[in-house]
Amino acid sequence: MADLRINFAGIRSPNPFWLASAPPTNSGLQVHRAFEAGWGGAVWKTIGAPVLNVSNRYGAWHFGSQKMLAINNVELISDRPFDVNLREIAEVKRAWPDRAVVVSAMVESKPEAWHDVIRRIQDTGADGIELNYGCPHGMSERGMGSAVGQVPEYCEQITGWVMEVAKIPVIVKLTPNISDIVMPARAAVAARANAISLINTLNSIIGVDLNTLEITPNIGGRGGHGGYAGPAVKPIALNMLAALGRDSVVHGSKLPISGMGGISTWQDAAEFLLLGASSLQVCTAVMHYGFRIIEDLCDGLSNWMDEKGFANVPDVVGRSLERVSDFKDFDLAFKAVARIDQQKCIRCDLCYVACGDTAHQCIDLIDKNGNVVPPGAYDVRSNGKADAVGARPRVVVREEDCVGCRLCFNVCPVEDCIAMVELPSGRPSVTWDELTQSQPDVTEDWNKMMAYREKMGIHIH
Amino acid sequence: MKDSAGDNRGGLQELLPPLTTHEAAVEAARCLMCFDAPCTHACPTHIDIPRFIKKIATGNLRGSARAILESNLLGATCARVCPVQELCEGACVLGSERKPIAIGRLQRHAMDYVYRRGIDLLQAGEATGKKVAVIGAGPAGLTCSGELAKLGHSVTLYERRALAGGLSTYGIIVLREPMEVALAEVAMVQRLGVRLETGKDVGNDPSIADLHAGFDALFLSVGLGPTPQLGIPGEEFIVDGLDYIECSKLDPSRLTVGKNVVVIGAGNTAIDCATIARRLGAERVTMVYRRSENEMTAYPHEYDFVKREGVGLWFLAQPLKVHAENGAVKALECVRVQLGATDSSGRRSPQAIAGSTIMIPADQIVKAIGQNKPSLASQLRLATEKGFIRVNADFETSVPGVFAGGDCIRARGAASTVMAVQDGKLAAHAIHQRLVNHG
Repeated sequence: MADLRINFAGIRSPNPFWLASAPPTNSGLQVHRAFEAGWGGAVWKTIGAPVLNVSNRYGAWHFGSQKMLAINNVELISDRPFDVNLREIAEVKRAWPDRAVVVSAMVESKPEAWHDVIRRIQDTGADGIELNYGCPHGMSERGMGSAVGQVPEYCEQITGWVMEVAKIPVIVKLTPNISDIVMPARAAVAARANAISLINTLNSIIGVDLNTLEITPNIGGRGGHGGYAGPAVKPIALNMLAALGRDSVVHGSKLPISGMGGISTWQDAAEFLLLGASSLQVCTAVMHYGFRIIEDLCDGLSNWMDEKGFANVPDVVGRSLERVSDFKDFDLAFKAVARIDQQKCIRCDLCYVACGDTAHQCIDLIDKNGNVVPPGAYDVRSNGKADAVGARPRVVVREEDCVGCRLCFNVCPVEDCIAMVELPSGRPSVTWDELTQSQPDVTEDWNKMMAYREKMGIHIH
Repeated sequence: MKDSAGDNRGGLQELLPPLTTHEAAVEAARCLMCFDAPCTHACPTHIDIPRFIKKIATGNLRGSARAILESNLLGATCARVCPVQELCEGACVLGSERKPIAIGRLQRHAMDYVYRRGIDLLQAGEATGKKVAVIGAGPAGLTCSGELAKLGHSVTLYERRALAGGLSTYGIIVLREPMEVALAEVAMVQRLGVRLETGKDVGNDPSIADLHAGFDALFLSVGLGPTPQLGIPGEEFIVDGLDYIECSKLDPSRLTVGKNVVVIGAGNTAIDCATIARRLGAERVTMVYRRSENEMTAYPHEYDFVKREGVGLWFLAQPLKVHAENGAVKALECVRVQLGATDSSGRRSPQAIAGSTIMIPADQIVKAIGQNKPSLASQLRLATEKGFIRVNADFETSVPGVFAGGDCIRARGAASTVMAVQDGKLAAHAIHQRLVNHG
């Protein structure tokens, strides 16, 4: 069995799964229950400045019959009394010495305020501190949260204040509501933080109620942007995680990264590890299904690691990072085409309409006699399941015209029915970057480009 | 025998409950939205099924119902009575490995939505001044009338019986379709401007000559005749299956149901009769059929259903005589048969096995062995095919200007409501072309 233990910037936990700083870690009772269920750690819901909350805090984005593809919230940091939080943190840590107890903090941007909160957190015996530079709603209007995370200079300055008094590892949590995630991360590095975590929630409006015309969720006739999280944000989080892994300053600093943003399954977790996260935080999936999901997160990850021959978590971390590349470094000679397995195909024709209407028109309907036929080519008097099923044409890719866009592969509802088959293009490998250097005129002049295509046998219809 | 201990008149409620809004939304979301979908091909009226289902998924019930009605005016009836396993659901691409989409129940959900709210989605077309008489207000006649009204023609719909709707009103058991559903569709067609005249004996009043004189075109949708005679002694004690079903719909409290019921026949009507008998208190119901399981005309899912209802089946038994004492049925005498050569129906014909007489005890015998051919055909001197009215590709009979559709022309294939609807729709368009182009 794979060893799931981690040591994250000196914070140890029996598995890489921590509850993110959020409603699930609002109280000692909840964190106790989570640790009983098997969670490796918990980042306490942010404590710090005094707040008052509103009701109707959470909106959700549902799609089809899938509930909570994402959640958005306007809940602020902990509204429980500061001292109660500190007492419960200390109790939890005493009761669970082997688990990671990290405390998230956010106070006004004054050195004394930060010094005070850091010292008081350290007095609880907590294992680490996470600086919340991420919340995009409410606190940001008061100059905290993402108002800090969006300005690298503030980020560096405040982290510097924290590091003046910190005796336990400090994690800087980044907001994704920024055009380049690398900048605040570099600020954290410059301020000598011990680790980085990302992503916090994204600005969002969940929707409008079509009966009342109110914003969802409705807060006394008003509504507004809130923090967006859940499965729908995972690709955004993975991209930002990889961006840090590819930055020479951030990567060179060797600061560990705690990854989060839509992790719901062990597969998601493995992807975050492969792109460089060495601890994982989870919130929305727990808010949907409860603490019990930790069992399959650990079990599935462990089984996958065993299958792949990974002995421990550090073996996995960052394994796929080197494959993340800019467009200019992709091999322009790589060729893949779609091929449809006729045995598996259920003839829904979703690939046909997607390719025909919105891609490259290279899938045909072929009837029993091998002829290309238009859709709906049946007599109006024909009916019944035998006619409908028996006369249904096959969908076949014209491989010579397929550009390998992969849209059909994505829309196909049947597993392993459409394969993207790698074919030799007959052209030497070349990247756009190489082309720009070796034949710059081809990359700048359409006539030269056409001549180059002709020479290379590249025909685009 | 009425109100016997096992009486279960509540058992005649519609079998499938309506889908809740949530159930419908979840089921609709499961639909893959196939392009050029096989379910649409399989539907005889070619309803754009993915389109109406997508509209349920998005909460656009009005649009969903309209999408159904555009192809099939009797969408509420068809949602209930169609043999979906043989049609749309049978062709669903999810059927091979998973459960097909419950298309029939989703269609019912959309149709019930508009009927319950009294929403009319269709309007009569701009008046053309052309007049069409439609004879017979069953599914084909109702559809043809409604489609013609949508095209702006003035339609008079004649019906022999007191209520319109044909078999949907009188012949489909309540378990599958409550009578109100059929009558709501009749009312909808009337609101399109169709003039309905019930209790009319076409041939006498109005006469055929009246019809030819008063209308620009005729559409015959007269269905079939009564159940044929078995020609066996004691037949006068046998209850007619269609009457049996009709009584169960119009006035179930007056329906006499035996304790030990034998149903002769193994088609869908026979199954309906057996189901009613079982649900209204018969202790034992046996279906008797002179051929085997392989030749029975009931749909496989109906056969499965009736077995689950606890009905017994006696195959390869040919009725010979009804035994009665003092007017009370005692037994049906049958002879065992074996199947011989293929007959004109394409099925192997039964041949009696000498000395193999059996007595099946019964206190009620119901026959459901098909229906006679339409009689109006001969009055109108129409050409026929196997006794059915012969029509061309435009549903026009051998007499110009006289069109026909529905069961009365069904010389080939199985008669069904949805086929009748499609006939009515296609015939209406053919009549329209004729009236507009040659008017």
